Amino acid sequence: MTSRTREWALAASFVLPAVALMAVFIIYPSVKTLLLSFFDEQGSWVGLKNFITLLKNEDTLNLSRFPNTYPPWGSLIHNAVWIIIHLPVTVIFGMVLAVMLHKVKGGPFIKSVIFLGMVIPMIVGGVIIRFLFDENSGIVPLVMRALGSELLGKTWTAYPQTALMALIIGSIWLWTGFSLTMHAAGIATIPKELYEAADVDGAGSIRKFFRITVPMLTPVTSVVIAMTLLYEIKIFDVVYAATLGGPGGSSMVLSLQMYFYAFRRLDINLSSTVATLLTLFTVGVGIWLTRRNLKGEKA
Amino acid sequence: MRRRTNVAGAITKNTLAWLFAVIWLIPFIGIFVTSIIPLEQVVRGWWGMKFSSISLKNYAGAWSHPTAPIGQGMRNSLLLVIPATLLPLFIASCAAYGILRYRFPLRKTIFIVTVMLLAIPQHMIAVPLFQILNNLGLINSLFGLLLVHTAWGLPWIILFLRGYFSTLPKEVEEAASIDGAGPWKTFLRVVMPMSWPGLASVASLQFTWVWNDFFLALIFIYNPKLLVATQRIPLLRGQYHVDWGIITAAAVLITTVPLLVFALLQKYYVKGFIGFSGK
Repeated sequence: MTSRTREWALAASFVLPAVALMAVFIIYPSVKTLLLSFFDEQGSWVGLKNFITLLKNEDTLNLSRFPNTYPPWGSLIHNAVWIIIHLPVTVIFGMVLAVMLHKVKGGPFIKSVIFLGMVIPMIVGGVIIRFLFDENSGIVPLVMRALGSELLGKTWTAYPQTALMALIIGSIWLWTGFSLTMHAAGIATIPKELYEAADVDGAGSIRKFFRITVPMLTPVTSVVIAMTLLYEIKIFDVVYAATLGGPGGSSMVLSLQMYFYAFRRLDINLSSTVATLLTLFTVGVGIWLTRRNLKGEKA
Repeated sequence: MRRRTNVAGAITKNTLAWLFAVIWLIPFIGIFVTSIIPLEQVVRGWWGMKFSSISLKNYAGAWSHPTAPIGQGMRNSLLLVIPATLLPLFIASCAAYGILRYRFPLRKTIFIVTVMLLAIPQHMIAVPLFQILNNLGLINSLFGLLLVHTAWGLPWIILFLRGYFSTLPKEVEEAASIDGAGPWKTFLRVVMPMSWPGLASVASLQFTWVWNDFFLALIFIYNPKLLVATQRIPLLRGQYHVDWGIITAAAVLITTVPLLVFALLQKYYVKGFIGFSGK
């Protein structure tokens, strides 16, 4: 054996088990799902027909109801609404909290408390959301009744008008800890001299926040945005435990739709189509983040 | 003047911060209180609880529930989670080290594909993997689920540890090989022990994630006796009313495990979290 083949054999003994497992359990199934989304039940190639069927289905896109009336609007719109509300709120709120807790007494404790949402099982997170918005045991309806709202004083997860909102608000509570922790770690790396120089110039704290903190945190913020998007696109456990996508599909999301198509309706091809659509979104986010990181490294 | 506004600012800041802490804690307190009081009091609002009626009855009820006993679920989860942490940790350590230290064909391709796998959602593998495991007779098998979790953990652990190993001083390894240690011995006796903080980060995260997993278990385990802990939570809904006492007790029980990991390994946990997301 030459020394080169010996090195290859050695490398293989280190790398091959992992590669084999990933090939069998991740790569092969992913490719198969991708292919299934372009075939019909009989196994003939149908091009984009499954995707068109999926997008024309009211489960996915219900344009007769959106935006004129309350949900169900279709899973695709539900995921989009989730992103539009949840993304800016958690990212900005987490950043502001990170700055606020930086020099507060008990800051590390408060940070840990808010981070708990990331530690608990998401299925428990779903239970807590149901509990929080329950007519009898929930704090939110209690407050809403005190404020004189009849609809919002009921069990939110039981009515199509409120189910999706309950999930989104609840998942803000669960996820803000992520943005907070990441931004707090980022703030710790900002050189103190920048703030000292700003103090000499007489800059106020709001000015310092926008001129120093926010720009210095940009790399962290883009990671937070990407990870939050991935969470929102793939959201599953929380919905499963709190509403099962109901009532009447009013809180259905793509990942749960995929599960129902595959394991309740046994429609393998359409469920694969939903999975492929999901992957299209997550890979898009992944590529955006990678390119951003590469650009950051070059600059 | 300046000083006075600073003091006022600090007070508002502290008050606001603690206000948020309380808002974030209320749901947890509600769940906990509900788990230790009788249902009649929950229905009237857990905030009006009576201290005289505190009991652990709900915990006993959840632990040995007639249709979805949480005790059995916790046992299954533990049986799954320990090997599902150690096995991918070891396999990925080897791979990360191999990719970092040796030159071989397809090295770059393997690395890039591993990065790409991070973006794939579990939904993309669910159906074909069900068919594979079904053919192998590994549906309704904790061993089958262990294999899936092991494979699923590999991409992120490989990337994390590749980054971690690259920060280790190379001289130590060279010294070991001069002393006559072979590559495997160097890896097992020198590199791995030196990397324990990184390995602790990975272990604490992988452990919690596998424990908290719901989706993969939902797809591969159907036998009521084999269901893991998270799978049993949705099954605890009462038939005619929601039995909040039992559900919250079960939720507290299964949350204690990741909470304990977080409390004991907080430093490594958070470091791993930041490192994982930052890559």
